[in-house]
Amino acid sequence: MDPALFRSSLSVWPSFLLVSAPVLFDYASQRVPRCSHSPWIASQENTMKDTDIKRLLYTHLLCIFSIILSIFIPSFFLENFSILETHLTWLCICSVFVTAVNLLLYLVVKPNASSKRSSLSYKVTRFLKCCIYFLMSCFFFHVIFVLYGAPLIELVLETFLFAVILSTFTTVPCLCLLGPNIKAWLRVFSRNGVTSIWENSLQITTISSFIGTWLGAFPIPLDWERPWQMAIERKYKMCRSLYVCTRHGASHCPQVWPISCTLGATFGYVAGLVISPLWIYWNRKQLTYKNH
Amino acid sequence: MRLGSGTFAACCVVIEVLGVALFLRGFFPTPVRSSARTEHQAEPPAPEPSAGASSNWTKLPPPLFRKVVIMLIDGLRDDFVFGSKGVKFMPYTTYLVEKGASHSFVAEAKLPTVTMPRIKALMTGSLPGFIDVVRNLNSPALLEDNVITQAKAAGKRIIFYGDETWVKLFPRHFVEYDGTTSFFVSDYTEVDDNVTRHLDKVLKRGDWDVLILHYLGLDHIGHVSGPSSPLIGHKLREMDSILMKIHTSLLSEERETLVPNLLVLCGDHGMSETGGHGASSVEELNTALILISSAFERKPGDIRRPKHVQQTDLAATLAIGLGLPIPGNSVGSLLFPTVEGRPVREQLRFLHLNAVQLSKLLQENVPSYTKEPGFEQFKMSERLHGNWIRLYLEENNSEVLFNLGAKVRRQYLDALRTLSLSLSRQVAQYDIYSMLVGTVMVLEVLALLLLSIPQALSSEAELEVPLWSPVFSLLFYLMFLVLSALHVIVCTSTESSCYFCGLSWLTAGGVMALISALLCAVGSALAKMFADGKFLSKNPAHPKARWSELDVLILLGTTGHVLSLGASSFIEEEHQTWYFLINTLCLALCHEIYRNCFLRDDCEPQQCSHVEEGFVSPAPALQDRSIRCNMLEPHRVSKGPTSLDTLRGYEKWMVLASPWVILTCCRLLRSLNQTGVQWAHRPDLGHWLTSSDHKAELSVLAALSLILIFALVQRRCSLTSKVAMALGLLGVYCYRAAIGNVLFPWQRDSKDISKGVIEARFVHVFVLGILFTGTKDLLKSQVIAADFTIKTVGLWEIYSGLVLLAALLFRPHNLPVLVFSLFIQTIMTKFIWKPLRHDAAEITIMHYWFGQAFFYFQGNSNSIATVDVSAGFVGLDTYMEVPAMFLTAFATFAGPVLWASHLVSFLSSETSGSALGHACFCYALICSFPVSAYIILVTSLRYHLFIWSVFSPKLLYEGMHILITAAICAFFTAMDQTNTKS
Repeated sequence: MDPALFRSSLSVWPSFLLVSAPVLFDYASQRVPRCSHSPWIASQENTMKDTDIKRLLYTHLLCIFSIILSIFIPSFFLENFSILETHLTWLCICSVFVTAVNLLLYLVVKPNASSKRSSLSYKVTRFLKCCIYFLMSCFFFHVIFVLYGAPLIELVLETFLFAVILSTFTTVPCLCLLGPNIKAWLRVFSRNGVTSIWENSLQITTISSFIGTWLGAFPIPLDWERPWQMAIERKYKMCRSLYVCTRHGASHCPQVWPISCTLGATFGYVAGLVISPLWIYWNRKQLTYKNH
Repeated sequence: MRLGSGTFAACCVVIEVLGVALFLRGFFPTPVRSSARTEHQAEPPAPEPSAGASSNWTKLPPPLFRKVVIMLIDGLRDDFVFGSKGVKFMPYTTYLVEKGASHSFVAEAKLPTVTMPRIKALMTGSLPGFIDVVRNLNSPALLEDNVITQAKAAGKRIIFYGDETWVKLFPRHFVEYDGTTSFFVSDYTEVDDNVTRHLDKVLKRGDWDVLILHYLGLDHIGHVSGPSSPLIGHKLREMDSILMKIHTSLLSEERETLVPNLLVLCGDHGMSETGGHGASSVEELNTALILISSAFERKPGDIRRPKHVQQTDLAATLAIGLGLPIPGNSVGSLLFPTVEGRPVREQLRFLHLNAVQLSKLLQENVPSYTKEPGFEQFKMSERLHGNWIRLYLEENNSEVLFNLGAKVRRQYLDALRTLSLSLSRQVAQYDIYSMLVGTVMVLEVLALLLLSIPQALSSEAELEVPLWSPVFSLLFYLMFLVLSALHVIVCTSTESSCYFCGLSWLTAGGVMALISALLCAVGSALAKMFADGKFLSKNPAHPKARWSELDVLILLGTTGHVLSLGASSFIEEEHQTWYFLINTLCLALCHEIYRNCFLRDDCEPQQCSHVEEGFVSPAPALQDRSIRCNMLEPHRVSKGPTSLDTLRGYEKWMVLASPWVILTCCRLLRSLNQTGVQWAHRPDLGHWLTSSDHKAELSVLAALSLILIFALVQRRCSLTSKVAMALGLLGVYCYRAAIGNVLFPWQRDSKDISKGVIEARFVHVFVLGILFTGTKDLLKSQVIAADFTIKTVGLWEIYSGLVLLAALLFRPHNLPVLVFSLFIQTIMTKFIWKPLRHDAAEITIMHYWFGQAFFYFQGNSNSIATVDVSAGFVGLDTYMEVPAMFLTAFATFAGPVLWASHLVSFLSSETSGSALGHACFCYALICSFPVSAYIILVTSLRYHLFIWSVFSPKLLYEGMHILITAAICAFFTAMDQTNTKS
């Protein structure tokens, strides 16, 4: 879809509001279903929404596509690449891909379109601020994982990369959409605070990533012989769980710690990406946003 | 009848305890045991019976075999040897079975078909029950009378190679052993090579009498790829060659010594069609048992079909073969073919010994043993036997003697069979009927609790219990009649023993009446709810309350925890679940606090703007929403102004920081004790502290913890109890120093270690003193009814008395757990519950969660082995059962108990009115939910492979937990009563 069209439609939006305000007030006070009263306005608004939702859907499909690419592309360049066995590499690649796609989409689509000033220094400081925020969120997540029981001293790299991928799924879209503006974040993540479809979908994807991560911790205590849990390399068929590995001094056993959680986060993110356009489409009649 | 919700909940929990007790009684049948222990060596073997003439044969008969080799193949199903697979893959064994000097049997194992209990059954001849594990707590060694112990006592030299379980069961019994762990299920070559590699060397040596080999490979193959896998064939062929090797070696040795040896090939349990075991399918129960010895000669053409026998018969047979007394608890009967080749007098002597042992066991376990048919048969055959001996001693070698001998033998065999059958009927069966009755009681109570939630949590905290109407209703009588009829039918028709049927008719009738009354109550509650529901649906004005994130989390967490109990790994690692949940709870609280702090300022104007801008906004729906928002907000808004906004700067920061402080505390505690199974071996602070190198650090930590405990507890006590507390904590340190756990700074050398009885009693006195003061204050507050603070102080004193007791019983490295518990309670009270004004239900559930987490922070787990039995001996000279049990239970469940008593004191000091009743109801509900679910889960999983190792210990913990919950609820109710009266 053409971004210019989108921008022009956005610029139409306030004038449209001004025109329709008295009419709407009339409806609001009378509490009559809107559609039956004035089909024209309703259809106008619906098309607005529909184009927005379509746009949202395309961007989300792109994000999902980037994740799928991050699984398949590296295997052309790297030997022995697989998600489970070279998990940390995949984490880095996936995080880079998702960040790149998010930035690209931000630059192309500009959903908030609120850049009032565009001086270079402002942009640079903004970018630097975003980087700092991203790093801070990585450390914040790392601390939370340690509080949840991740090992403090060992496996720091694994835990940190896990924090990075979770930040990629949650913080990066927030930074792209809302900028380094804590107040806006808090507003979006409180009840009834969203002001556009984009923020709504942001809310949904972020929360579903968190939930996915949270649920991803559940398989950790299980001691089945499952690859997502153990990343068993076939040659070490004797390693049944970490317990055995350490008890028998077999240091060659593969490390499993963040796998289930990162997979959970990824699934959560993807699920959020799929669900949010559908959910918004489903509830498009009920959803209304306060415009700023 | 109107009841307060607290009282109602307490009654419900008490009934639930009864139900759980009945269930446990059915689930863990008491095993048949002889009262004599292993040490009864002095008891002489039963002499040969003789009528009139005196027999001079009073000693045990000599051993029949010189050497015995037991080759136990894990999971050796009968058709692996006797079926087509055996013919194909085990040619040598098949040859022995069909033509060689051997006797083959199909030995039937009893439940549970798992290795450890089956080894016990093979060696003791008894049917082990899970309750044994509990009885000899902490000791994996087999204390019962068994063949191995007897053989060792008789000076036999025993060598063992194979599964480690044996080494644990019989420590210091083997002159030489090599245990292999059965942990790697996917390894099926190494485990067996570990056993076989010793074989050549050992067979050449002559310095042993008994050799036991336990091969695990076959079972592992079964677990990995099932009984029809081609790997099974390879394994069987390997086993066959090993058997041939052993047999030829034994035969060549016999040629030199001319005394027969015995080779036993047996399986411990079978293998189901999917390859697992543990349940009761025919494939799992039937195992192969082959006795091979040159003593079992047979003429060509003598076809011996494998007979069906019991697995327990092996113990008696082995004992006789080795010339040992038969183990006292054995319920098996001698495998008669093994002694067939002996002279008649010896045969009869063996049969007599076995029958005497069985009848003794019967006498000790069945009160009306004289009426048992087996016992009568035994007495008759003993008389006949005496006659036979007299004839024999008169050297009457006629046909009469032979015929009489044959008759006596037949009599004895009949008697043995009957005796053995009636003894093994006593155990080894789940008593389904008792379990069912218990489950029904528990479920009905749970349904009642669930149905009365809306009433019980209403503002007046009272509910109408339809107690009298069901008694007079027709349904009640109908149910009662039907249930009683059912009871009679079940009890008269079952063959196995049943505990519930053994109760007196009056008790059983009472239970039936209770069940039907509960059913009627549930029915009427349901009917009432439907009526109310109709009424409500006609009333659309009724606002539907929306749940906060915290409520959703609490609900999801509880459900998730209950569901997780279905998986054995989650039970083993239950502490992870609770740590995870309380962490999430803290984060949710954090979210709530931050929202309240930061968004309150924006939210209010925003909300107003919502309403104002309603006309501008393109959606009328918004108005609806803002109205709803307003409707929801009041309870928050009305709370709002007094809570976070009034706090001063410093306190506001504390509120903001408190969840993080709590999270950090929990993280520290988590690294104090590693529990569970998978990560239990990880190094933790607890082990570091208890190692003898770090005694000084431990002393400092303990002293610091005790000081902190005092600092945290004293602020709300009266002066006397403050002093008592200080002295008591000092006494705790003295006690720990006296038993040598910690050091005094002035004494560098470790002096002689005493039991510390005086110091511990000193502390006990203070504990009782503080509890007494607290009770006195409570009573005073009830009498005077004016001073509210007296009651608060009294409750806090009771709480601090319990803290002191816990400080005494906890091991010194666990004292930080107590400190952190007090610390977290203080922070939560001051900065979370008070400012955020959670309601009683939420606070109760948070207390429950933290209590559960602290149960595991203490180092407990869901296995029996982590119970700290030493707590039962604090302050006691000798073992006294009741105080020891009380102290151990308190020390184990200190976390939940302390959090619950904190809940009582917090609620009665901070809130008024119905809060205590609500809290009691919630506590009862949230405790009974997992228990009821777990009972059903365990019933459905009773044939699971891990039923003994994982599920049964957890069941015992749950039973104990519900008992303690009942006590806590009673305490709640008592407090609630005083509250309403005052």
